[in-house]
Amino acid sequence: MTSIAPPGPDTLVARRPEVEWSPAAGAERPPSRRRGNRSAAIELGSCALASLAFIWLLFTIAGLSAPFGFVVCWYLLFLVSYAVLSNSLHGRLVMKDRLATIGVWSGSLVAGLALAAVIGFVVFKGAPVAFAKFPHFWTTDMTRGGAATPVTSVGAGAAIMGSVEQVGIAALFSVPLAILTAVYLVESQSVLAKIVRNIVDAMTGTPSIIAGLFVYLIWVQPHGVNGKSGVAAAVALTVLMLPLTTRASMEVIKVIPGGLREAALGLGAPPWRVVLQVVVPTARTGLITAAILGVARTTGETAEVLFTAGGNQRYNLNPVHGWQDDLPLRIYELIGQPSLNAIREAWGVAFVLVSVVLAFFVLSRSVGSSGRGTLISRLLRAARRPTIGDTP
Amino acid sequence: MTALDQMVGFPQQQYGANAGQARLVARNVSAWFGTKKVLERISLNMEPGQVSALIGPSGCGKSTFLRILNRLHELVPVAALSGSVELDGENIYGPTASVTRTRLKIGMVFQKPNPFPSMSIAQNVLAGLRLSGTKVHNRDALVQECLERAGLWKETRNRLNESGYSLSGGQQQRLCIARALAVRPRVLLLDEPCSALDPISTGVIEETIRELCRDVTIVIVTHNMQQAQRISDTCALFLIDDEGKPGYIVESGPTDQMFSRPNDPRTADYVNGRFG
Repeated sequence: MTSIAPPGPDTLVARRPEVEWSPAAGAERPPSRRRGNRSAAIELGSCALASLAFIWLLFTIAGLSAPFGFVVCWYLLFLVSYAVLSNSLHGRLVMKDRLATIGVWSGSLVAGLALAAVIGFVVFKGAPVAFAKFPHFWTTDMTRGGAATPVTSVGAGAAIMGSVEQVGIAALFSVPLAILTAVYLVESQSVLAKIVRNIVDAMTGTPSIIAGLFVYLIWVQPHGVNGKSGVAAAVALTVLMLPLTTRASMEVIKVIPGGLREAALGLGAPPWRVVLQVVVPTARTGLITAAILGVARTTGETAEVLFTAGGNQRYNLNPVHGWQDDLPLRIYELIGQPSLNAIREAWGVAFVLVSVVLAFFVLSRSVGSSGRGTLISRLLRAARRPTIGDTP
Repeated sequence: MTALDQMVGFPQQQYGANAGQARLVARNVSAWFGTKKVLERISLNMEPGQVSALIGPSGCGKSTFLRILNRLHELVPVAALSGSVELDGENIYGPTASVTRTRLKIGMVFQKPNPFPSMSIAQNVLAGLRLSGTKVHNRDALVQECLERAGLWKETRNRLNESGYSLSGGQQQRLCIARALAVRPRVLLLDEPCSALDPISTGVIEETIRELCRDVTIVIVTHNMQQAQRISDTCALFLIDDEGKPGYIVESGPTDQMFSRPNDPRTADYVNGRFG
């Protein structure tokens, strides 16, 4: 029964007046907007409880013990009962609204839980290894490892140094190139720019193992045993980092208002000075973020370094000569070994890798949102500022 | 040569010994965007030391015409142009004319204030010189002089190192005027500089314009009839006959004549607000 009665003259006005406006309820603070509707919470809770009880009864009678199926059946029954209840109490519109809300919430909950589980499991398994006799694990190499030796006798030091060098060299190659390419692609309307733009887009989706194979075939294989090195791995990482950073930089440069370019050109500036002294400085923080994101993304790449870095149990700080270790490669090698200790060490290295990548992300976020320095925040502030009342 | 030139040590040749007094003449200027013609044979004299106002309804090509005067029109990839624009008898679209030199001589202030966000107030004023690779000997004096001429010095003298974006809208627009003045242009083009400003800021900028026109030839686009009447010496009315047709000049002449006894009945209708 869903007849809509016209609201009386005071139904809208008199919703929750006393609580919000009485001075006794704390006049300094605005009333909480999330007080919500108590009956709505009761409806939701009772639907959840009722469907739980029903499914539990069903599973017990049938003698089933399937936890995942239990949760799925409970969720589905809850949806149905909640929909029916909302429909009969409040009508179709409210039912649709509530179902959509439930859908959005449960979707994000599942995704968030999955992510938290991955990170949490790595921390749970890896942190005890990584922090045993701290900082031993972060500085030692793998030379004293073996099936019988304790986990605390080895460390990821060589892998950390290898990763830092390889990703660092890859960043040296790709970041300046990526920024220059991005500027060209945004500023130029030529046919060549269109072609390059498409190539960059396509390269962003290149499977990383292709990049690894590419460097393997043109560099590593012709040079035999000495072909694998830190630089070879860095080149392979560059193949991936370059399009990623270029895309991200393009997005940053694109949002710079055309008015700024025109203003600079209108002052009599040659186009290259406009790019160097107006466009790039304005986009500076965004470009830094783009570079750091590219670095963070490539730090965890395994397929590229698989055939190019070689792997090494001892420290090899020379990137141009000799095989070199790095973090993803070390994990890959350790989990392939028939030893429980090696598996535990792999978790430790995984923890180190996750912390390094996480540190990069935090860095990029803090750079990207630092106070008055960022373009976006300045533009937002400028947009929000009312123009009326700017009296001297 | 003014005292300011000696102070900042400008090379005389580059900016011309007679910097300031310049006549800008447009002859038979037609403009297209792609195949769409937007301006039809515009001819207009913008006299030295005067303020010329371009008035007319939206979309009739005033801003396009203004952008043609300092070669910003050609930044649009599909834009085309015929006719000529002469600065003191020299065609700025001639085969030997340099785009950047032309824009140095003919400055532009846009409708929306657009200071450079990565630069401080002082750096914004000097941006034109830095961007054109000109050396300045006495930066502080130049910054002060330009901000004073733009009517912004008192408000910003103690915060020259703050971001240009920390200013209010009206102040930002005056900063843009100061920035345009720092390269010592001989002509200053203003594209509805007060359209986003409150009356007080508008008043300050109008005052600034009246003072500037002694040294610099000024062309201003405005939608505000009172403003055109207040600040301009000559006036030109742009119209279009129909949507999709090119804009043309109905009448041009001294402002008081345009407003009190225009030759064309459409001018009388427009300036008295009886149009469209």
